[in-house]
Amino acid sequence: MGQPGRRAGGTGRGSGGVGVTNETEQSTAGSSGGFSERQVELNGWPVRLTSYRVGNKFVCQADNVSPGACLARFSASTAEEAEAQAISKARHLLGKTKRRDV
Amino acid sequence: MAQYAHPEVLVETEWLASHLHDGGIRIVEVDVDTGAYDLGHIPGALAWAWTTQLCDTVKRDILPKEQLEALLSKSGIAPDTTIILYGDSNNWFAAWALWQLKIYGHKDVRLLNGGRKKWLAEGRELTEEVPSYPATNYKAQEPDLSLRAFLPEVLEAVKKGGVSMIDVRSPQEFTGEILAPPGLPETCQRGGHIPGARNVPWGKACNDDGTFKSLEELKALYGAEGVDEKNPVISYCRIGERSSHTWFVLKYLLGLQNVTNYDGSWTEWGNLVGVPVERGAARAVSA
Repeated sequence: MGQPGRRAGGTGRGSGGVGVTNETEQSTAGSSGGFSERQVELNGWPVRLTSYRVGNKFVCQADNVSPGACLARFSASTAEEAEAQAISKARHLLGKTKRRDV
Repeated sequence: MAQYAHPEVLVETEWLASHLHDGGIRIVEVDVDTGAYDLGHIPGALAWAWTTQLCDTVKRDILPKEQLEALLSKSGIAPDTTIILYGDSNNWFAAWALWQLKIYGHKDVRLLNGGRKKWLAEGRELTEEVPSYPATNYKAQEPDLSLRAFLPEVLEAVKKGGVSMIDVRSPQEFTGEILAPPGLPETCQRGGHIPGARNVPWGKACNDDGTFKSLEELKALYGAEGVDEKNPVISYCRIGERSSHTWFVLKYLLGLQNVTNYDGSWTEWGNLVGVPVERGAARAVSA
């Protein structure tokens, strides 16, 4: 039984409908480490970059701060590579957002 | 935590870390980013995907009763199981799951205070192992629709007043500057907010570490926008999940009796023909 329905029917990773892209390398999870957050601006929008390590994977997630929806998440063998990929994807998605006069 | 109206609806990371293998509890991760679980999760935790497992995938609706029963049965959950939900983005979608479980009458369901973020930040144990539990034959109660607001009630509230309408989207969504959160697809024809609504972005209820703010801070936050025990409260957002988080805060942490989640939210209201829409900043709070 395990994880109900997660892997059946294509509902597994990256299917959140929020532009999440992921690369995962084989690793053995243990404790997490190196958790950090920082904000950058991409295409005029604030973006929070959350980085952490799980086993030998470095993960970086980019979200749009308000509301905090995940725009991109990558894992890679280095923190720099994961962050660069997440920034690239987030920048692409944010470039599609239109501001309107109120 | 003990100051909250219902402190029993929260567990702390430290407590959970020492009760991972207790019988009678089931830990479930519900993320905005449905792939996060696969990177590593709390030992023993299952995952539910909000996009496919916590909604009716044919018509727009919450999970039908039979499907909820099937999900809980497959998860090895019985009516007396303590369900501990957690997720990314300050438990955003974990609260969505909690709201639905309460609609279907599950008695003991709690949020991990701080969610996945706090667990990670504290360097706690993670696993990639997907657990397996013996299936049950879960029977849910009939839906308690007093927890849910539908369009006719919202229309009536706008017409007659006397209801605190809380829009928990970002200020840019509230004013109509943008039609969806930055980077996400636009899902409405018009921008703005329901007339008379106040804007309290959902994340303001949380501290930087993902935990909920104190009772006094929450009282001040919502009280400043006219929320009190005197009037019913309806929370809404874009598709009803951010507002389920605020619904949780108002109902269980502040203890308001009459609070509902309008899950039709702006994707319903902002696409309707002929309903009133306000743009720009909120009106001043009336005395």
